[in-house]
Amino acid sequence: MARLRTRKHKVVLNRSVGGDAGITLLLVLLGAFMFLPMLYVVMQSLKPLDELWMFPPRFYVVNPTFRNFKDLFVLMNTSWVPFSRYIFNTVFITVLGTLGNLFFGSLAAYAFSKVMFPGRKWMFKAVRSSLMFHKTVTAVTNFIIMSALHMVDTYWALIIPAWGHTLGLYLMKQFMESNVTDAVLESARLDGASEFRTFWVIAMPMVKPAWLTLIIYSFQDLWNAGSSIYIHSEQLKSFNYAIGQITAGGIKRAGASAASQVIMMAVPILVFVITQSNIIETMGSSGMKD
Amino acid sequence: MAKTAAKAGSQKDISRFRWTLKEMNRNKVGYVMIAPFMLVFLLFTVAPVVVSMVISFTDFNLLQTPNFVFFDNYIRLFLDDDIFLIAVKNTFVFAAIVGPASYIMSFMVAWFINELEPKIRAVVTLIFYAPSISGQVYLIWGTLFSGDSYGWVNATLINLGLINEEIQFFENAKYVMPLCIVVALWTSLGTSFLSFIAGLQGVDRSLYEAGAVDGVRNRWQELWYITLPTMKPQLMFGAIMSITGSFGFGGVVDALCGNPSVDYCAWTIMHHLNDYGGARFEVGYSSAIAVVLFAIMMGANALVKKLISKVGS
Repeated sequence: MARLRTRKHKVVLNRSVGGDAGITLLLVLLGAFMFLPMLYVVMQSLKPLDELWMFPPRFYVVNPTFRNFKDLFVLMNTSWVPFSRYIFNTVFITVLGTLGNLFFGSLAAYAFSKVMFPGRKWMFKAVRSSLMFHKTVTAVTNFIIMSALHMVDTYWALIIPAWGHTLGLYLMKQFMESNVTDAVLESARLDGASEFRTFWVIAMPMVKPAWLTLIIYSFQDLWNAGSSIYIHSEQLKSFNYAIGQITAGGIKRAGASAASQVIMMAVPILVFVITQSNIIETMGSSGMKD
Repeated sequence: MAKTAAKAGSQKDISRFRWTLKEMNRNKVGYVMIAPFMLVFLLFTVAPVVVSMVISFTDFNLLQTPNFVFFDNYIRLFLDDDIFLIAVKNTFVFAAIVGPASYIMSFMVAWFINELEPKIRAVVTLIFYAPSISGQVYLIWGTLFSGDSYGWVNATLINLGLINEEIQFFENAKYVMPLCIVVALWTSLGTSFLSFIAGLQGVDRSLYEAGAVDGVRNRWQELWYITLPTMKPQLMFGAIMSITGSFGFGGVVDALCGNPSVDYCAWTIMHHLNDYGGARFEVGYSSAIAVVLFAIMMGANALVKKLISKVGS
C-alpha cells in the first residue's frame, strides 16, 4: 500500500522529501533566471547618473531617484510629432481592434460551438490551423493585399486584421463548449428568442473569463506593436515605436531608456495581475482534442 | 456534416444532400454570425497563404507584369543561394532548441508550482510569465551583456579574474547564437505555460488517489501514467503555441545583434524573407521562401502531433 500523508487537509501522495527539495531548488534557479533581468530594468531606471556610469557596474541601486522618468518626459516633449499623438494612435488602434475582435470573435465562436450549421467543422479546423504558423510568413503578401484595398498607411491596416485574430476565437469557442450548456440555450430558443438574442443575453454573460482573456491577448498584441511595414507616416506610428526612437539615442540615454521600458512593461503586467484568475480559468478548456 | 456535403453529388445520397440543404437553411443564422470574422480571416490570413503559393512560381517584383517561371525560384533557393542555406540551418537550430526547451520548461515550471498555495502560485506564475508579455524588455539583455566595461556580465567576469578584457558578445559569432537562444527562452513562457497551469489544476484529484492505491510509487510514475495522459489536449495546444513561437523571434535577434548579424550567424529564414520581400521587392522569390517556411512549420506541427499521441502509452 502506498504511503499517504496529508498536508494542509489535502491528501498529498507519494512525495519524497528529496524530490521536494530538488524541485524547489530548480524552481528557485529558474525563477532567478526569469526575474533578475526584470529586476535589473527597474534598478537601472531608478539609478542616478553616477550609479549608471560607475565602474564596475553595481546590480542594485543605492540612491534611487525618479530623474530618469523626468528626463524621459522632457525628451518626449522634444519630439517632432507631439507625443500625445503617438499615445492617441496606440489607444485608438488598441481599443477599436480589441472591440472588433471581441465582438466578431465571440459571435463566430458562439456560432461554431452552438449553431449546428453544415460545414462548421472544417471551417473551424481551417481557423485553428492558422495557429500553427507565425504571421510574419504572410507579411509581404499581406502588404500587397492591403495596398490593393488602399489600407496601407491608415489606421485600418492595423485595426481590421486584429478583428480576425484566431487565438481569441479559439479560446472563446473552447470555453463556450464546456461552460454554456445547450439546455439553457434551448429554453431561451423555445421562448422565442432569436439566435442573436440568445447569444447576447444568455451565452455572453456566461463566458466573462473568456472575454477578458480575448481582450488581454488582443490588447497585448496591439499595445506591443512597434513599427509596422504597413504604416510609414510619422503621425500614425505607435507609442511603442516612438519610445523606441527616443531610447535609440545611444548610451547617453541609458537611464531614460530603462525608464521607458519600465513604463512599457508595467501596463501589460498590471493588466495580467488583475485578470490572472480569469485567464487561467479560460485556459482550462484550451485543450485540443484531435 | 462536411463529409455529407462532399459526397452530395452521387445519386444514392440525394436524400442526404437534401438533408444538408435543409440543415443549411434551418441554421442559416450561423453563416451570418461567422461572416464578419470569416471575411477578415479569409482576406488577411487565408488569401496571403494562397497568393504566396501562386506568386512563388512567378518573378513578380511589384513593378513589372509577373511572368511564370515555374520552379525557378525554388531551384535558386536550394541550389544557388548560400545564405538561404545558412538561414535554414539556423532556423532549424533555433527551433529545435527553443521549441522543445521552452515547451519542457513551461511544463516543468507549471508542474512544480501546481501544489503551491494558490496565492504563492499566482505570484510565481507572474514572475515566469511577465517576460513574455513585456514587449521589448528583452533589450535589457543587451545592457547586461554589453561589450564595454559597463556591461554587468563583462565587469563581473573581469572582477572574478576569469577574463582580461571585455568580450564582444554580440559581435562574436561564437556567442551570438547561444545568447539569442537564451533570450528567446527567457521570453517564451507564454500561452502554453498558462495552458499547462490550468490543465494541471483541472486533473481530478481522485485519479491520483486511485493511482496510489493501484501502486503508483512516486511522482514520476504519477506524471507519466496519470497526469500527462489526462492533459493530452493541453499538451497538444501548448505544443502548437511553442512551435509557432519558436519560429517567430527574428525581432529578438535584430534588436540585440543588429541586422544582419555578424557573418549571418543568427540569420534565419524569417530574415531572408523580409530581406527579399521587404527590402529588395523580389516578391516572387520571397514568396517561395515564405512557402518553404510555411511548409516547415506545418511539418513540425504534424510531427509533434504524432509524438504527443504516444504519451502515456
